[in-house]
Amino acid sequence: MKKSLPVLIILFAAFLLSACGDSRKHTQAVYMLVDTSGTYTKQINKAARVINYLLATLNPGDSLAVAKVETRSFTEKDIIDKVTFDRRPSEATQQKRAFKSRIEAFTRGVHGSAYTDITGGLIQAAEYLNETRAGKKTIVIFSDMQEELGKGTVRDFPIKLNGIRIVALNVSKLGTDNADPRLYIDRLAHWKARVLKAGATSWEVVNDLDNNMEAILDPRR
Amino acid sequence: MDRNSWLFWPDSVALSVLTLLILAMLFLYAARKPMHGVIHSLCNLVTQSTRFISRWLFLSAESLRLRNQAVLLAHSQESAASMVDREFERVSNIIRKDMQEFPALQRKLKEDVTRIEDDYRKCGEVPPPPPEWVDALESVSQIKSGGDIPRKLLEDINKSIQKIHDKTVAEFRRSYEERHKILKGIQPSWRSAEKLIDEMDKKMVTLNTNAKQIDGHMAKFEGIRAKDSKTEHALNVSAFVQLAISSLVMVIALGGAFINYKLIALPMSEMVGASDYITDNLRTSDVAALVIILMEASMGLFLLESLRITQLFPKIASMDDRMRRRLMLASLIFLVILAAIESSLALMRDMLVADKAALMHDLASSAPPATQGWMSNIPMAGQMVMGFVLPFALAFVAIPLESVVHSLRTVLGVLLVQGMRGLGFVLRFTGVVFRRLAKVLESSYDIFIVIPLMVERWVVAMRGEPLVKAQAKSGRAS
Repeated sequence: MKKSLPVLIILFAAFLLSACGDSRKHTQAVYMLVDTSGTYTKQINKAARVINYLLATLNPGDSLAVAKVETRSFTEKDIIDKVTFDRRPSEATQQKRAFKSRIEAFTRGVHGSAYTDITGGLIQAAEYLNETRAGKKTIVIFSDMQEELGKGTVRDFPIKLNGIRIVALNVSKLGTDNADPRLYIDRLAHWKARVLKAGATSWEVVNDLDNNMEAILDPRR
Repeated sequence: MDRNSWLFWPDSVALSVLTLLILAMLFLYAARKPMHGVIHSLCNLVTQSTRFISRWLFLSAESLRLRNQAVLLAHSQESAASMVDREFERVSNIIRKDMQEFPALQRKLKEDVTRIEDDYRKCGEVPPPPPEWVDALESVSQIKSGGDIPRKLLEDINKSIQKIHDKTVAEFRRSYEERHKILKGIQPSWRSAEKLIDEMDKKMVTLNTNAKQIDGHMAKFEGIRAKDSKTEHALNVSAFVQLAISSLVMVIALGGAFINYKLIALPMSEMVGASDYITDNLRTSDVAALVIILMEASMGLFLLESLRITQLFPKIASMDDRMRRRLMLASLIFLVILAAIESSLALMRDMLVADKAALMHDLASSAPPATQGWMSNIPMAGQMVMGFVLPFALAFVAIPLESVVHSLRTVLGVLLVQGMRGLGFVLRFTGVVFRRLAKVLESSYDIFIVIPLMVERWVVAMRGEPLVKAQAKSGRAS
């Protein structure tokens, strides 16, 4: 019995260590791309509402980053703010407050860009999300999904979005879409095929932000 | 595959079926004896096995019942003995206390009685009777010869008598007044004596009640010692009742523990982190809250053990008094500390909830939050009080727990015995059914081969008739 006691203690400790393994897999990370091109800047208040929703919903330990989609978006400079919330709820609340005020400052001074580099933003988002090592990773794209690349910007290559869920928000119809809806449908189908081919776990479109905001983080809805 | 491939003559189905039936019948007739043997053996096997298992179950149930009875009686004997002990202790305490008071009481009573006797004696003292010269006066009054001298004499005497009479009456009245005073003075002593007697009477009644209780316990004790079935049945029923009541109390306590858990789970995340998980679905903060609650329950258990209210740990019960007192003190201190921690956690919970509500308000609108009055502090105070009180309430869970532990064994034992008996009965019944089933199956088998059997009976009859006749003839000749 005396000999078996240390063995039992070691086994118990090993069990506890294995059980307490990686707590990051229970967290989630969200990267939100906000389209600031052309007339879409007028929708910035809606984007702020979505960010507020995310701030209210994310838990301590989760990560959130908000970046703008510009002419060339594959750069850290486009990240407006990013944060990994503290494990303590009180500290996380303070971080959320600070995040909110930075986003408010951004919305006040936003100005439109000439082009829309969604692919660059996606690559940047995937890079950030993979770094967080969160269990659930989501890219939220607040855009009309009309990609316009400037001269010299190369994005026609396969991208990697393994294990990431993509949610397109407020995909507004353009003037040309109204004339020929197939353009809109084809545009969404193109992006769906592209992100799924890149390894994304799912592709969802949420346009009704008033009633279906929960679908951003909850894939069951 | 062709559907009619099994037919001898696919063109004539009826003939093929008939031929097949005849062949089958012949085969079954040929295999009659071995088949009967197989049916008989199988049914016999099942019957014997079920009977064997059933017997084993009945025997096991009986031995289990005896063991349960022994344990139940031993436990009940122990508990009855401790109750009788406690009653005797109570009685001895009463007697010791009363005996200590008894000399003083007796002295007081004696003093009262002496005082009453003295006073009574004093009451008996009568004033001196009127002087005897009254008789002489009567003689003087009877003198026949008149004259002034006797008249004057008589008048003087009359005056003197009047004076003496007045004096005597006054003396008499004074004497009665005094006696009344003495009698009045007896009253407090009398009341005091009455009170003392009443007190003694009350004590005697308490003693009598205790004696009756001891009698009841002793009767139970004797029943247990005699191992009579009535006592055993009563003890079993008592165990069931105890289990039901204790379970109910435990469920209520569990409700309290759940509230307690809800109260501290959120603030615990502030200490151990909200995003830490022990397993896939088990948060570290939840487990920590649960551990705190279990620690409170354990401390309560130790406290009640050291107070000798419960006796789940014989080691604590057998500790010497000094050690036990130390353990009691330690448990109480830990319990108070845990209660204080829980109270502060409840406060922190309220602060966290308020902070989150403010953040939600900020995120939802830009309007400043409405100011809240002193009433908003009531839930906070309530939570803090609950956080402090619930651990102590939870401590008392040790009492129903002990009851559950003790009664559960008896209840499980009784249920197991009944289950084994029920299973034994079912198996015995199955055995009986299979014994009869052998005959039924044999007869059913014979129905399929009824024609060959009839032929067999006919042939036997044909063969047997001449033989019988010959035997009859030879019998007559001899």
